[in-house]
Amino acid sequence: MTIRVARGKHPAGTDGAPAALVFEGVSKNYGSAVGVDTLELSVPAGELVTVIGPSGCGKSTTLRLAAGLERPDKGTIRVAGDVVADKRRFVEPERRRVGLVFQDYALFPHMTVAQNVEFGLDRLSRGERKARAGEVLDLVRLAHFAGRYPHELSGGEQQRVALARALAPRPAVVLLDEPFSSLDESLRAQVRRDTVATLREAGTTGVLVTHDQTEALSVGTRVVVMRGGVIEQADTPEKVFEQPATRFVASFMGDADFLPAHVHRALLTCEIGVVSTVPGWANSEADVDVVLRPHEVALRPDPDSPARVSAVEYHGAFVLHYVRLASGRTVRSWQPHTVRHPVGTAVAVTVAAGTTPTLLLGDHAITSPPPGSSLHQRSPEPVQLS
Amino acid sequence: MTETAVLAEAGTPKRRPRRTAGAGRPAWSALVVLVAVVVATPVFAVVVDGLGSVGDTAPPRGLSGMVLTTLLLMLGVAAGSLLVGGGLAWLVTAYRFPLRNVFAWLLVLPLAVPAYILGFVFLSVFDVSGPVQTALRAVLGTDVWVPDVRSLPGAVLVMSLSLYPYVYLLARTALSEHASGTYDAARTLGAGRGRALRRVLLPLARPSLAAGMALVMMETLTDFATVQYFNVQTVSVGVYLVWKGTFNFHAATQLAVLVLLFAVAVLAGERVLRGRARYHRQGGRGQGLQPTTLHGGRGWAAAALCTAAVSTGFLIPVLQLLGWAVGGAVKNPGFLADPRFGEYILNTLLVAAVTAAACVFLSVAVAHGVRLSGGRFVSSAAQLTTFGYAVPGAVVGIGVLISFAALDDALEAAGVPGGTGLLVTGSVLGILYAYVIRFLAPAYQAVDASFAKIPATLTFSALSLGAGPRRILARVHVPLARSGIAVALMLVAIDAVKELPIVLLLRPFGFTTASVWVYELARENFWEKASLPALVIVAAAVLPVLVLVRQARRNETPGKAPA
Repeated sequence: MTIRVARGKHPAGTDGAPAALVFEGVSKNYGSAVGVDTLELSVPAGELVTVIGPSGCGKSTTLRLAAGLERPDKGTIRVAGDVVADKRRFVEPERRRVGLVFQDYALFPHMTVAQNVEFGLDRLSRGERKARAGEVLDLVRLAHFAGRYPHELSGGEQQRVALARALAPRPAVVLLDEPFSSLDESLRAQVRRDTVATLREAGTTGVLVTHDQTEALSVGTRVVVMRGGVIEQADTPEKVFEQPATRFVASFMGDADFLPAHVHRALLTCEIGVVSTVPGWANSEADVDVVLRPHEVALRPDPDSPARVSAVEYHGAFVLHYVRLASGRTVRSWQPHTVRHPVGTAVAVTVAAGTTPTLLLGDHAITSPPPGSSLHQRSPEPVQLS
Repeated sequence: MTETAVLAEAGTPKRRPRRTAGAGRPAWSALVVLVAVVVATPVFAVVVDGLGSVGDTAPPRGLSGMVLTTLLLMLGVAAGSLLVGGGLAWLVTAYRFPLRNVFAWLLVLPLAVPAYILGFVFLSVFDVSGPVQTALRAVLGTDVWVPDVRSLPGAVLVMSLSLYPYVYLLARTALSEHASGTYDAARTLGAGRGRALRRVLLPLARPSLAAGMALVMMETLTDFATVQYFNVQTVSVGVYLVWKGTFNFHAATQLAVLVLLFAVAVLAGERVLRGRARYHRQGGRGQGLQPTTLHGGRGWAAAALCTAAVSTGFLIPVLQLLGWAVGGAVKNPGFLADPRFGEYILNTLLVAAVTAAACVFLSVAVAHGVRLSGGRFVSSAAQLTTFGYAVPGAVVGIGVLISFAALDDALEAAGVPGGTGLLVTGSVLGILYAYVIRFLAPAYQAVDASFAKIPATLTFSALSLGAGPRRILARVHVPLARSGIAVALMLVAIDAVKELPIVLLLRPFGFTTASVWVYELARENFWEKASLPALVIVAAAVLPVLVLVRQARRNETPGKAPA
């Protein structure tokens, strides 16, 4: 069974359907604290976007703005092509076609599962209501629990009811606010897979707010990383992890160490030696920082190396080695569980072959040589060669 | 009315729900603000009129005497309640003695006997013609000197015995519950029992004691019926007598402003005594103070002390009332079938029911409006709707009178002949309005406590499912807040049954309630006749006390409480 995504009545965009949710220059301040600052975001219909960031980054504010629980100070918000909030207009949450799933599920405790799901269908006839409720309960495989009360269900089942309830009125977009964080670790992965499958099957656009990096990377077709009310990067999970746009994204989405590095005629070198070549930088000379992820760092015992293993953490399948370099900086390295260099071992540190590390200038990633780094131009200050 | 204040402080920890701040529902916000304005208007009218007319009329005679009497009465009753209530709370918390667990809640019962009932029973026993003085004269001759019972000390004694449970309840909560974790910490840090008491428990209990005394003083200030039995002329009595005697608006409002000043002083004093302390549970749950056992005679002495308090405050007056009622019925079988009795009870019930319904209706509307609208302004307005409980009855009464008078004038000026006419001054509308002002606070507290238990996400979910404010109210908020709504209905109805000063001030000619009837009969020393309506009032007033006890017991045994 498939559920068609209801379309907005506005003319279709260039790619057929209007984006399910659009933020255009949206700002929201809470007194002194910044909620979100000139947010630009477009969620295409049918996508599942995860929004992630540390607490206070504005991810929840984004969600509340989309749902109509907050009024933006500036900017325009569209749902399925219709403006729901701008300078003049504000569409109340109950008229927005936006579904919500909360961390605490927020099921109505005095209603049965069926009544919960039918709550949002009061504009349909009785027959249609029953049919639609049956459909969505089938979708989450809980039709047999229709007569139960929420407190008679397990956490995972409650979560599925909440999802079914949100999907029932065919919203243009479903917003999920940390929907798995109150579940047990063991249950979480299963419920997460089910939820994603359900959303895909229903064809519904989803925006999922989370603080769990693994969840953000594994669930979303796109990942939006926020900090301080600003989007740091919005991209596919692969890009966010492998080509982080900023120093913050690099360190927040996975482990990362930063070493000062130097590019000279396409050769990237740092304290541990040559890291890689940088295509397209043949004529450049620049000081940068290189991002090293622990799984990219290789170790090999070398009595002549000044680097020493300073700590070892056993993680089961892998062993995390902390290596203190001559400069005093530390890099980390994942090693298979069979490899364990005792603390104090002198090790040579290299970067695994085939790695294309991210380069940072200041706090931002660069993919092309920074202006003024060309060896053909005379830069005002002579470049220091180390 | 004040029971609920105790209840709220002793019971539910304060938790503010998140709201849909900023989204804004103009209609609902306006409703909240409107309720606040309606509640606040009479009081502001009193202040404006009272201050505006200073110098127009000569101050009533004996003003300084009234002020002094009020001050002495309030301080006396506060001290008496602290002594009785605080002392008994300490006894019951720190010591184990026979029947201690029973006394722990029996000691709350005097709350069910309003001071104007306890007062006349007390007078019937101890006044010149009462059994005590008669016996004394029989034994010691007719010129034996006895202190005048109808006096300030007499009033202080009776009101202390009637009001001490406020202090008792708050002190007990502070001693047994709030402080338990901290007390344990002090003991593990090496403080002995005595030092932990002096340095930890008493400072922690101070805000609660201050709050209890403030409640007692407010009740004392509000009263102008009981004190009249004792010929004590407080400022509140002054308001009543000036209004009923001269119908001089300005003189009455000036005195009412003075009453309000006393109330403000009490609240300010409570703030100062409370310091920066708050009521929240300190340091989580601990074992707390372990009572030491009082053996033998000392144990029985403690039990006797508790018995004395419960007896004088509850048992003896109730038995005496029962005695009169039965005696009267035996002497004259038609006594119970006084037709006026039915009429007055019906009046009482009608006023109570309408007041309760109105207060709960407004409370639910305000709580719902706050939940939907949020924002600092709306929340402040919601808080403003509850301030009537801190305004003495005399002030509310006079405020309602002058507000209605102003409405009359405005309507006449607008061309409506006769203004609101008898609808307002000649009906119970004024009483109902004053009751709503006075009792909106307990209703709102109970309803708000229930609303606070409804997660904000539930409201948000309902909104996102397409339900508008009214549907959410009917399908989600009211069903989930029904326990608070029921409690609010009961509390307000019973407060309205007990209430006396406001009816006395505002009742239209010929309108009598049970409480007024008790007062009038007691004033004329018709004890037997007064006993029946008095018993009805006590029976009604016992109910909230039982709820209070149940709540307190549930708080004392966390974990074992039924869900």
